[in-house]
Amino acid sequence: MFQSVDNARFSERQHWMKLIARAPEHMLEAALALIPAQSHVWLRRPESGLFMVQGRVGGTGNRFNAGEMTVTRCALRLSCGTAGVAYIQGRSHRRAEMAALADALMQAGQYRPLIETALLEPVSGYLEEQNRTRARKAQSTRVDFFTVARESGDPEGAEGGA
Amino acid sequence: MNAPSLVDLSAIGRGFADLALDSQSVFRLVLSAISRPGQIQQAATDIESPAGLHPASAAVLLALLDQDTRLWLSPAFSGGLAASYLRFHTGCVITENPIAADFVLAQPGELPRLSELSQGSEEYPERSATVVLQIDALTNEGGWRLSGPGIDGQAVLNVSGMGALFLDDWRESQQLFPRGVDLIFTSADRLAAMPRTTRAEA
Repeated sequence: MFQSVDNARFSERQHWMKLIARAPEHMLEAALALIPAQSHVWLRRPESGLFMVQGRVGGTGNRFNAGEMTVTRCALRLSCGTAGVAYIQGRSHRRAEMAALADALMQAGQYRPLIETALLEPVSGYLEEQNRTRARKAQSTRVDFFTVARESGDPEGAEGGA
Repeated sequence: MNAPSLVDLSAIGRGFADLALDSQSVFRLVLSAISRPGQIQQAATDIESPAGLHPASAAVLLALLDQDTRLWLSPAFSGGLAASYLRFHTGCVITENPIAADFVLAQPGELPRLSELSQGSEEYPERSATVVLQIDALTNEGGWRLSGPGIDGQAVLNVSGMGALFLDDWRESQQLFPRGVDLIFTSADRLAAMPRTTRAEA
């Protein structure tokens, strides 16, 4: 099912969930180590599966199946009653658990400023850096194609040029 | 298809602690209950079923439902947390139309006529609906007398809240054999079954 989500009420949470989902494992470990261990119950234990990724060339035209990606998801509930959810790329159950924990802590309030400074800011910097590196590498291999128009009315010149 | 509704997860309780082992053991209980109609089984689970949904009903549905099954909920359940709970944990499809449902969750007084439920076809009688009927009390003392396959002589099952009208409906539905629906009664953590082969008298 394909849905676009424009609901402003959820966009803030979506924004941090997106950052948390892309955070590398060592950043999650480091940020959560700053917070006293939280006990939680599993609403849904980490489970790995495949998602079909669909694309559109240039954002228009019909969707096509670009390929499948591995996704691990889980949902948990902290002892204070807040629920956290994570969908991450890959098969790391540990990373999914930490991501869900971070999502729950962002909603719980008390540790929100800490998670913002210790996790979200470094992750967003890391992702921007990653994007820049990727763009630079792609840029260095760029090839400009151009076509030399063949002069008309000069067949020999055209042959010579071929 | 309806857009999936957004659900506050913090209101949803835990499902099976061990998905594989717990659902297998509940499946085994349902199998025992259906093979020995009228015999009451105890479902020992520690799931957090939502208010209004008894642990036995929740356990049976968590074990049997998946994303390929359609569930119809009677009005007592469709408005509450039970629908979100079952959808979150099993991925089942909630249907508005009883005849399209593979599973039905109802309480006495809200069960449609059996002829309004899927009865399967002559070729595929197993495609009929399975009804989980949640009742206040389920005992083996003074109630319907059951007989038929899986019962040595006669069994007694007291199903609270089910009137004599239902038994007429049940007998009428049995005329269609091998088509027909199967019933699972649940109450608190107890469950018993009445498959389509069981004859019941008041």
